[in-house]
Amino acid sequence: MSEEVKVFGFWCSPFSRRVELALKLKGVQYEYIEEDVFKNKSPLLLKYNPVHKKIPVLLHNGKPIAESLVILEYIEETWKANPILPEDPYEKAMVRFWTKFADEKCLPALWKAGWSPENEREKAVDEACECLKTLESALKGKRFFGGETVGLVDIAANFIAFWLRLIQEATGQELLSAEKFPDLFKWTDEFGSCSVVKESLPPRDKLLAFFKARVAEAMDAQTNASK
Amino acid sequence: MAEEVKLFKTWSTPFGLRVVWALKLKGIQYDAIDEDLSNKSALLLQYNPVYKKVPVLVHNGKPISESLVILEYIDETWKQNPILPQDPLEKARERFWAKFNDEKLLPSIWGVFTKEGKEREEAIADSLENLQFVEEELTGKKFFGGEKIGLADLVFGWLAYLICVFEEVTGLKIIDERFPLLLAWIQEFSELPIIKDNFPPHDKLIIRYQAFYEKYHPAK
Repeated sequence: MSEEVKVFGFWCSPFSRRVELALKLKGVQYEYIEEDVFKNKSPLLLKYNPVHKKIPVLLHNGKPIAESLVILEYIEETWKANPILPEDPYEKAMVRFWTKFADEKCLPALWKAGWSPENEREKAVDEACECLKTLESALKGKRFFGGETVGLVDIAANFIAFWLRLIQEATGQELLSAEKFPDLFKWTDEFGSCSVVKESLPPRDKLLAFFKARVAEAMDAQTNASK
Repeated sequence: MAEEVKLFKTWSTPFGLRVVWALKLKGIQYDAIDEDLSNKSALLLQYNPVYKKVPVLVHNGKPISESLVILEYIDETWKQNPILPQDPLEKARERFWAKFNDEKLLPSIWGVFTKEGKEREEAIADSLENLQFVEEELTGKKFFGGEKIGLADLVFGWLAYLICVFEEVTGLKIIDERFPLLLAWIQEFSELPIIKDNFPPHDKLIIRYQAFYEKYHPAK
C-alpha cells in the first residue's frame, strides 16, 4: 500500500529534526514542508495541530500526530526497521526516563544558560552543567545512549550534539567541553559523524549565523534596558 | 515466580495515585511505602537519585521513576486490562493528552490556585483555553479511552477529586457549566469503584490545600 508521510517542520528546530532523523534511520520516504513559524504559520499546520499550533507535525495517510516525542514513539511502532527502543520493558523504561530527562531538564537548562542575562548567568550555567553531568552518567561508556546504534535518547539529545556547540561558538561560552564531560563530548562526535544524522542536521553556517544574530539582538536589548 | 512490587508515594500525590489506579486496575499486589517528603527515606534517594521524588515503582528490586514512564512499564509488564490501545495512532493520542495534562493543564490550574492579580487573570484565561481543548476531546466519548478508561483518563483523573478542593479553598469556579462533557466525565470516572475507593480523603485534602493557599496568599 502506498504510504503518504509528511513532516511539517522548521529548518533550525531540533524538534522537527528529531522526527526527520527517526524517519531516515528507518528508511521511510517522506515529504518535508517548511513552516514559517515566526511570521506566518500555514492554515494546514493550524488545522493539524490546533492545540499547540507548533511544529513538528507528522502526517501519516492524512492523520496528524503532534509533539516530537509522541511522534518518535509512533514512528517506532509503525516502522519496525532499525528499532530505536529496546524490547525489554525495563530497558525501555530506562530509555524513556532518560529521554524525558534530556527533553524536560537538559534542554531548557542549556537554553537558559546560553541566553540568560549577565546577573543570572552563573547560576544558569551551574544548573546546566549539573544536567550535563547527570545525562553523561547515562552513557556508561557506551558509544551511543542506545548502545552500538543510535536510539531514542540519542535522538532526543540531538540539541546537545549539534545546536549547543554552535550556540557556544556564537556566545563564546563553553558549557560542554572535552575536559569537563569527556564521555558526552566524545558522544557528540560519534553522533555527529553518523551519515544518517549528518543528513538530518541544519546547515552549520546558516545556524551559526542565526545564533550570532540572536546574540546581537540579546546584547542590544540588554544595552537598551540599562540606558 | 513470586513478584515483588513496591510503590513509593505520599497519601496526596496525584502522580502516585495514577500509578495506584493502574496497579489496582490490573489486580497487581504491591507494598505501598508512604514517604514524608520533608524527611525522604534513604531508599527513595537511592531509587530516584536524579529527581529524588515520588512516585517510584520498584519491581523485583529494579526502580522506575516518572509516573508516565511507570504507567507505560506497568502496561507492558502486566497485560490484563490494558490502559493503552494496540493501534499506534490511538496510542499516540493517549500519550499526547497525558503530556497535555502534565505540561499545560495542570500547571495552568495550579497557577490559578497560587497566583494573584494580573498573573492570576492570565492563569485563568490559560486554564479556560486548556479546559476547552480537553472538553472537545471528549466529544462522542464516555471516557478519554472510549468505552473504557485508559492512560489519559488516569492522568486527567486528578480533576475528579482535586478541582472541587481547589474550588472550595479559592472560592472560584474552575470547571463550570461551560464544560458539560468534562463534568459528565468526572461523574462517570468517579463512579468506578477502583477510582473512588482510592481517592485521598476530601477533608484531609481541604486542610492541606487551605494551608498551601495561605502560604501563597499571605494575609496582608
